[in-house]
Amino acid sequence: MYQAVAEPPPPRGVGQVLATSVGRVLVSIFVPVVAFIVLWAGFLFLKDSGAPKAVIVLVAIVWGIGGVAMLYVVANWLTEKLPPAWYGRILPFVFVGPAIAILAFYLLVPAVLTGWGSLFDANGQEFVGLDNYVYSFSNPEMVTAIRNNVLWLVFGTLFSTGLGLAIAVLVERSRLDRLAKTLIFLPMAISFVGASVIWRFVYSFQPEGQPQVGLLNAILGSFGIAPVSWLTSEPLNTILLIVILIWGQTGFAMVIIGAALKGVPDEMLEAGRIDGAGEWQIFRKLIVPTIWPTIVTVATTIAILTLKIYDIVIAMTGGNFNTQVIATLMWKQAFTFFDAGRGSALAVILLVAVTPVIWYNLRQFRGRAI
Amino acid sequence: MRRINWSRVAINLTVFALIVIWTVPTLGLFITSFREKEAIFNSGWWTAFTDPQGAFTLDNYEQVLFGGDGLANAFLNTLAVTIPAVVIPILIAAFAAYGFAWLQFPGRRLLFITMVALLVVPLQIALIPVLKAYLAIDLNGTFLAVWLAHAGFGLALATYLLYNYISQLPKDIIESAALDGASHFTTFRRLILPLSMPALAAFAIFQFLWVWNDLLVASTFLGTDKEVQVMTQALVSMTGSRGQDWQLLTAGAFISMILPVVVFLSLQRYFVKGLLAGSVKG
Repeated sequence: MYQAVAEPPPPRGVGQVLATSVGRVLVSIFVPVVAFIVLWAGFLFLKDSGAPKAVIVLVAIVWGIGGVAMLYVVANWLTEKLPPAWYGRILPFVFVGPAIAILAFYLLVPAVLTGWGSLFDANGQEFVGLDNYVYSFSNPEMVTAIRNNVLWLVFGTLFSTGLGLAIAVLVERSRLDRLAKTLIFLPMAISFVGASVIWRFVYSFQPEGQPQVGLLNAILGSFGIAPVSWLTSEPLNTILLIVILIWGQTGFAMVIIGAALKGVPDEMLEAGRIDGAGEWQIFRKLIVPTIWPTIVTVATTIAILTLKIYDIVIAMTGGNFNTQVIATLMWKQAFTFFDAGRGSALAVILLVAVTPVIWYNLRQFRGRAI
Repeated sequence: MRRINWSRVAINLTVFALIVIWTVPTLGLFITSFREKEAIFNSGWWTAFTDPQGAFTLDNYEQVLFGGDGLANAFLNTLAVTIPAVVIPILIAAFAAYGFAWLQFPGRRLLFITMVALLVVPLQIALIPVLKAYLAIDLNGTFLAVWLAHAGFGLALATYLLYNYISQLPKDIIESAALDGASHFTTFRRLILPLSMPALAAFAIFQFLWVWNDLLVASTFLGTDKEVQVMTQALVSMTGSRGQDWQLLTAGAFISMILPVVVFLSLQRYFVKGLLAGSVKG
């Protein structure tokens, strides 16, 4: 720990000392007040302004960067006015304080409030105990949503990760590697809403006899098979929505696993070959165990994504034809039916579903110095 | 005579097939967006080049941008939401990352672990209480509401990513800066921020794609007002209310993809680095 080096003060009279310290105190109050007023004015402008969008965005950027920077500059300046011992104690909180406050406001406190709210009725007036949870696990629509989410979790995670691994291994041995990597990774940049529009033209269905403009039905038709109404047949429709996720996430798995594959030592593989192992055995007994931690990380990341899945369902079916998932029902309960109790209970169910991952992440830190 | 390596041929063919499977759906959208409405419903997009009635047109783009859907407006809104929502959390996270990496204070470990725990918390858990708070101060439906929400939801990952980077910077440079009399604040501003540019860029791309492509946060905190809605919302309302205007939907979807795809392709290197550093997160 070190402090700002103070210049040795010139000898002064008592009155002078008093005047300067009063001045100091005044300045110390004045500067933060001005800073606060400027920030608050920006906040009000951004909140209520009818100014042209471009102006608002510009102000937002200046406010966002400048305001945040000013907050830290002023806080730091104030801390430097403190006696050295206090400076060392307070300064770390100048650095981490704002982030902690924001995380508390946007995640920590809301999580507690949502948990509490899930024990109350639609308006949050009457305590209903676990009724909302009983409802969540007994109402047929809810049960379908939970079943669908399990399908998403299992198939989405398994296929995205598995395909990602397979393609990463294949692509490394191919001459088309750069092109393949870019094109398979590219859907990562496309929103799930955009991806859903893309896949409409794969799943589109017209009654038999009419021209099929959907790729899948056109292919069936060329074999003389009658068209299938893909998105209305349950539970096939949920599987087909999952395909969209797989299309989007396989590239992610491929890139991360591909990076891990580069770290597998060649000597180890050579040794395996000399011992007479086939390529399949080398893959299964040497490569997979070496990169297993990476595979687990990728699978976990995708698993969390599948639990929270929302956009694809909304954009493809709007949750009709029994394609609801927990996140879409949560939104519907909370913001269409204004049933805060049931909405909160569904949010809590989502949180509980990811707790194993939270626990695992925390365990990683148990032995580690931070 | 050279022997043909059949397994190599098989691998190349498989990879080629995968490329085709992955690209064809997007190609279909691209071609459809230039076809007339009649043509879209009467024949598959793959016949566009062989079908004599299949004329190509730019009308779909013009209509969707400046017609009733006003996607041009939604495009501006998306920019207005995205840029500040990327910028605001970066600085806050960088300060926090430096604090966790290089400053000692009581409760440091507990606070850091709390942050790690928050990494994968589904943001659904926060929607109702945050919306209530927003309604209480009449903030809902404004861009500010969405910026701050995105900043809040992205902050744990941002801090974690930047911490991983900043804590690995060589101790010597920070100690020698201290010996030269630089305060922590000066060290942070003059040394740490410039040195952390790769990590800052990685997070910026990550957050950009996330915010640009988001539907849930925008639907919750912006509401259904057409004046402020973002492109994902506009597209969803086009699929719902008037599911038959496919020619507009395709053009609209394509417009919404251009910017993220360009950003993604040009900055892929940084993005991959960011993914590798932050893959603990969900």
